[in-house]
Amino acid sequence: MADEVRVPIRSDADVVTARSEARSMGGGLGLSGTDLTLLATAISEVARNVTTYAGEGEVRLRVVADGARRGVEVVCADSGPGIADVELAMQDGYTTGNGLGLGLPGTRRLVDDFDLRTAPGEGTVIRLVKWSRA
Amino acid sequence: MAVPILKQGPFLIASIQAALTDTDVLRLQDDVMAQVGRYRSRGIVVDVTALDVMDSFVSRSLRGIAHMTRLRGAETVIVGIQPDVAFAMVQLGMNFEDVHTALDLEEGLAFLQAKLEPEPDASGG
Repeated sequence: MADEVRVPIRSDADVVTARSEARSMGGGLGLSGTDLTLLATAISEVARNVTTYAGEGEVRLRVVADGARRGVEVVCADSGPGIADVELAMQDGYTTGNGLGLGLPGTRRLVDDFDLRTAPGEGTVIRLVKWSRA
Repeated sequence: MAVPILKQGPFLIASIQAALTDTDVLRLQDDVMAQVGRYRSRGIVVDVTALDVMDSFVSRSLRGIAHMTRLRGAETVIVGIQPDVAFAMVQLGMNFEDVHTALDLEEGLAFLQAKLEPEPDASGG
């Protein structure tokens, strides 16, 4: 099992590839079936924003460790338009009718760690981690 | 990969075979709408047993199929949502409340059949 996998994101088929790479990496670490599904769903959400808003980008998957815990780190990066109002993007649009509809609040609930770095015109980098339960 | 759609009497059965790209999902939407008109179908079962991810795009699209076919006089029932997938959909905040769902294909067809048949006559005649 490779410790790091890079998946270029240019089309919707690449989103499916990134999901399945994350599944096999997480499966190797002993993540549960439920956690693998949550991780794959989170990747789908952030990678789709790349194809929709930035055109192209990259998903980097890496095994990370914290003491005995191990996890899958996902860094989804693009050099697209960025997000002007991060606070608005993180509002839960599905329940309030507000928010930008980028799916980011829901995505944050699917993973253990969630960081967003973005600025208008400077692209977007989203880092997610799903840790093993052991 | 295109999703095969089978005609079974007044119903259509769309059986998703593998992970769907966004393009596949949009094509499924078009194909179902076209076949509802062509076969004058009264109900559609979309079997998602094979899907390991139902993200916001897929969920919204399936909901779209249900709403659009209803406007054409056909009910859609989504069957086979896996337990892990259901969990992820709830965490993600997907609203599926106005969409009919059933455990599997058999239950889905029974649901559609029940919608089609008139209420049984209470007098037994």
